[in-house]
Amino acid sequence: MYPARFEYFRASSLAEAIDLMGVHPGAKFLAGGHSLIPMMKLRLAQPPVLIDIGHLSDLRGVEMEGESLRVGALTTHSELASNELLQRVCPLLSEAASQIADPAVRNKGTIGGNLAHSDPGSDPPAVIQVLNATLTVCGPNGSRTVEASDFFVDLLSSDLRENEILTSIKIQISTRKSGSCYLKFEHPASGYAVCGAAAQVELSDNGKCQVAGLAFNGVASTPVEISALGNALSGTFLSDNEIDRAVDENLSVADPMGDIYASAPYRVHLAHVYGKRALKKARDNARS
Amino acid sequence: MAGVLGSSIRRREDPALITGKGKYSDDLKRPNMAFAAIVRSPYAHAKISSIDTSAAAEADGVLAVFTHQEVTDSGTVGSIPVGWLLPEIKTPEHPMLARDTVRYVGDAVAVVVAENRYAARDAVDLVYVDYDALPASVNPKTTVEEGAVQIHKEAPGNIAFDWELGDREATESAFAHAANVVEFSSRNNRLIPFAIEPRCVLAEFDDSNGELTITMTSQNPHLHRLLMSLASLGLPEHKIRVIAPEVGGGFGSKIHHYADEAITAWCSIQLNRPVKWTATRSESSLTDAHGRDHVSEAALAVDSEGLITGLRVKTYANMGAYLSTFAPAVPTYLYGTLLSGEYDIPAIHVETIGTFTTTAPVDALRGAGRPEATYIVERLMDLAANKIGIDPAEFRRLNFIKPDAFPYQTQVALQYDSGNYEPALDKVLEMVGYSQIRQEQANRIKEEGKLLGIGLSTYIEACGLAPSAVVGSLGAQAGQWESGEIRFHPTGTVTVYTGSSAHGQGHHTTFSQIVADRFGIDVDNVEVIHGDTNQVAFGWGTYGSRSAAVGGSALAGSADKIIAKGRIIAAHLLEAAEKDVIFENGKYSVKGVPGKAHTIEDIALQAHLAHNLPEGVEPGLRATTFYDPANFTYPFGSHVAVVEVDPETGKVKLISYTAVDDVGNVINPMIVDGQLHGGIAHGIGQCLLEEAIYDENGQLVSGEFLDYAVPKAHQLLSFSLDRTVTPCPHNPLGVKGCGEAGAIASPVAVANAVIDALKPFGIHHLDMPLTPEKIWHAIQVQGRS
Repeated sequence: MYPARFEYFRASSLAEAIDLMGVHPGAKFLAGGHSLIPMMKLRLAQPPVLIDIGHLSDLRGVEMEGESLRVGALTTHSELASNELLQRVCPLLSEAASQIADPAVRNKGTIGGNLAHSDPGSDPPAVIQVLNATLTVCGPNGSRTVEASDFFVDLLSSDLRENEILTSIKIQISTRKSGSCYLKFEHPASGYAVCGAAAQVELSDNGKCQVAGLAFNGVASTPVEISALGNALSGTFLSDNEIDRAVDENLSVADPMGDIYASAPYRVHLAHVYGKRALKKARDNARS
Repeated sequence: MAGVLGSSIRRREDPALITGKGKYSDDLKRPNMAFAAIVRSPYAHAKISSIDTSAAAEADGVLAVFTHQEVTDSGTVGSIPVGWLLPEIKTPEHPMLARDTVRYVGDAVAVVVAENRYAARDAVDLVYVDYDALPASVNPKTTVEEGAVQIHKEAPGNIAFDWELGDREATESAFAHAANVVEFSSRNNRLIPFAIEPRCVLAEFDDSNGELTITMTSQNPHLHRLLMSLASLGLPEHKIRVIAPEVGGGFGSKIHHYADEAITAWCSIQLNRPVKWTATRSESSLTDAHGRDHVSEAALAVDSEGLITGLRVKTYANMGAYLSTFAPAVPTYLYGTLLSGEYDIPAIHVETIGTFTTTAPVDALRGAGRPEATYIVERLMDLAANKIGIDPAEFRRLNFIKPDAFPYQTQVALQYDSGNYEPALDKVLEMVGYSQIRQEQANRIKEEGKLLGIGLSTYIEACGLAPSAVVGSLGAQAGQWESGEIRFHPTGTVTVYTGSSAHGQGHHTTFSQIVADRFGIDVDNVEVIHGDTNQVAFGWGTYGSRSAAVGGSALAGSADKIIAKGRIIAAHLLEAAEKDVIFENGKYSVKGVPGKAHTIEDIALQAHLAHNLPEGVEPGLRATTFYDPANFTYPFGSHVAVVEVDPETGKVKLISYTAVDDVGNVINPMIVDGQLHGGIAHGIGQCLLEEAIYDENGQLVSGEFLDYAVPKAHQLLSFSLDRTVTPCPHNPLGVKGCGEAGAIASPVAVANAVIDALKPFGIHHLDMPLTPEKIWHAIQVQGRS
C-alpha cells in the first residue's frame, strides 16, 4: 500500500489553493483524505500533486444565515453528527453523518470532500438532495452555486471542475412541523450504503402532509430522488397505506447498479422497503 | 503459586502490546536494510513468454531484479515443499518464482530489491512480463470435469488425491435399509484468513559465517527452518535461525511455508544485505493460503426409532494452484475423521477428492477441516430431525454417544478418549430457555409474521494431533510432539522455553501459570521464551488448538523432573530419606516435621552453588521434556443461536448466542473465554458475511476490506458462555484446547437457526454465507412456487 510519488503543498488560503491548482495541472485537493488516500495507496489514483486545504478554518463550521443553514465544506462528519444547531434544525444531515463509516473516518472525513468525491455509496449525497441544498463552489473566476440535484453527474463524478473547490452547503430551514429519517442498509464490509433512504416530511398544522421528499444512496451511480412523491403525498395524512402506495407507484430507478454483494433488482427492492420505512419514521418524528 | 492455575489473571503480554511497545517483524530496522517487492501475476493462468526486467533494474534506488532464471543459476532448489503426503498424491513442482507458467492471480513471477519500499513498489510496474493467457478453472468440482483446463501436467484431470475413509459397503447397506434418508448438497464457502498483521520477512545473511537469520511472521519457526533447509533453500539447518517476534494473528495462515520467505532470504544471500519484505493488504488476500472451499454431497440414514444408522459424504476440496504445506491433511484426516460428531454412528463412509484450480492455495484456517465436518454433520442432524418430525435437540440427545461408552471407537479412525455430551446440552438449553423460545417462535409467526429461528450445534473437535508415530503413518512429514524446557536461575526465578510459538494466544500468561502452580512460586518470577530457533530446543509450533495440551504438558513434565531432582537435594539437606520428603506450596519438608523446610528457591541456589550436593547429583536445576501425547484431545460442546430474519429484506439479526463448551481443565478462564469469543465471532463471519469469490476468469473479486466482510463488533452481540469440565484423561494437565472450538461450532449453529426461521417457506437448505439477498431470493422463489 505505497502510493506513487507525489508533491505536497499546504495552501494557506482558499485563493492560494486555487492558484496552486492553476500551476499544477492534474493536482488534487486534499481535505480529510479518507477517500483520496486509500485510492492513492491502491494506486487507483496517482495525482502528481496534492494541495492540502484541510486546515482552512473559514471553510469549517455550521451556522444560521437568516432562514438558511450554512455548513462549511471542511466540517467533519463527527462535527455534523454532534452539532447541536444541526441536530435541532436539520437532524437529517446529522443523523446521516453519524452513520458514515466508523469514528476514525468521521473524525477526519469532511462533508465537502465526501460530496466532491461523489461515491454512490456515501451517505450525504441523497440527504442534501432531499434537503434541496445549494452548494457554493469557488474557482479561479470567483464563486458559483449549484443545486444539489445538479451536482452529482455520474459515478465518482460531480459538477465540480478540476480547479474548483466546494466551499459550503446551504440548506433552507422550514418553519413547519417537520420530521426526517436516514435509514441505511449498510454493506457489511465497507459500511457504504447498499441502500440509504433519506426521507423528509413537513406537516401543516392540521397534520396533513405539505412536503415529502425521498432519495436514495447506493441504488444507482448518483442519488435517486422520487420527485413525484411530494405531489403524491401532499394533502394526505401520511397513513401507512398512503405511503406504501405513493412509493410503489412513483419509485423507479432508471439504471440501478449491482455488484457481487447486492444485485440491481435487489437494491431496487431494498429502496422500496427502506423508502417506506424511512418515510414512516420521518412522519412519526414529525408528529412527535 | 497455589491457586494460580484456573484463575483469570490478566494477560502478561498486554502492557507491551497495548502501549505500542510490542515489536513486530515490520517494526525491525537494520543498518543497510533493503526492501523487496514481488511482481505477481495478474492472470489466473498463463504461459510466460518473456520477462523484461531492464527498465526496472535501471530505476532509481533499485538494487536488483530477479526471476526464475537467476534462482536456477544460483543453484538454489527454489521449490516450495508439501508437508503432508497421502497415498498416490500428486505433488507438482511449486517454484518460488514461476518457471514458465503462472497458476493463480498473485503467483510470484519476479522480485525487485531496492533501497526503500517506494522504489521497490515503483519498479514492480516497470517489470514487463508477456503473458499468453490460458483458461482459468476455479470451482473444486467442475475442475475435474471434461473440458476443464489442465493445470499441472503431473496431475491428470486436476486431481491431487482421491482419499477415502470408513466402510463403503456397510454404509451402503445402512442406506439400503434405512427408514429415513436425508441428503443435501452444499458449498462450504471459501475464506480469507485476514490476520491483522500482514505476513513479513526480514532476512539477514552474514557472509562471514554463512549464517542466515530470518525474522518472520511464523506460527512455527522451527518448521519454517526445517522446510527451508530440507527443501526450498537447501541451506544447512544449523546455519539458519528463524525468529518469530510478536505476531499479529495467524488463524493458520502463518503455519505454511510460502514462496515469499524463501525469495526474501535468497535475495539477502545474493545481495549480502538485510532484505525485508512485507505483504500489502491486497497481497495478503491474494496469497495467504485461503480456507474451506468444499463442494459436498452428504446423506444420513436413520431407522424407524430415530437412531442414525449410516452417514456418507463425498467432497471435492479445492487445493488451489499448488499444494500448500499441510493442505492435503485438512480435507482428509482433519475432516473425514470428525464425521461421527458426538453421535454413535455404526457406518460411515467419506471420500474426498482434492483438486487443483487456478486459485490461491487452500490450507488450514482456524478449525481446519473440523468446521467443515461439523457443518455437514450438524446440518444433517437438523434435516433429519425435521423430516422425522422430532425436535432437533431431542434427536441429538437420542443419538449421543452414551457416557459409559468411552473410550469410544468411531467408524472413522478416531478413538474418543472421554466425553459426556448430555450435561452440556442440558445446560445450554436451560440457559437459552429452550422450550419458552420455541413457544415464542410459534407465537410470533402466528401473531406478528416475524421469523424467529433457533439453531443448535452439538460439536466435537479433535485437537493436538498425536501421537507422532500415528500422524507420521497418515502422511505427516513432521512430528507432533512439543518441547518444554525450564531453567531455574540461582536466585530462584525461572525462564521457560517452549516450542509452541504464540501469536496472540497468551502463552506468556498461561504457561507461566502452569509453571508457577507446579513450583508454588509467583507468576511474575516466570519468564516465557518462544519463537526463536536459537533459544528453544525444537518445537512444532502453534496450531490445531495444541499449545496447552501438548506444549503445556511438556512444561508440566519438565516441572515434575525438576521437582524430583529438587527432592533429592532437599532430602540431602534435610538429612531425611527421599521418600519422606514432600513438596507442597513451593517447599520441601519432611513428612510430619513441618517446621524444617527448604523452598524451591533455596534448592535452586544450592543446586547452582554446588557446595553441598548429594553424591552423583549434577549441579544446576533445569529440565527439558519432549512430550508426545498418547492421543488427540476431544473438546466438545453445545451451542445455540437465536436469530430473527426480516422477511422483507432477508436480513439476519442475531438475537442471542449461547454456548456451553467442555475444554477440559481451564488454566485461565478469561483467556479461554476470549478464545471462544473470537472463535464464535469468526464462525459467525463465515456463516453470515465472509466469502472469497473468484470470477470465471480467476480474478479474486472480494479481496479487499471494501467487499470482504470480516465480522465487526457492532455486527455481533455479547455471547453467553458457560462450561462443563471433563478433563482429558491422558495428559498431565487434563486440558484439551479452545482456540478453534468457537469457529467449529458457530457457523452451523447460526446456519441452522436461519434455516429454522425460514421453515415456514419450505426452505430446507441454503449455502453460507447467508447474505440478505440470498435469503430474500429464496423466499421469493418459494413464494412463487
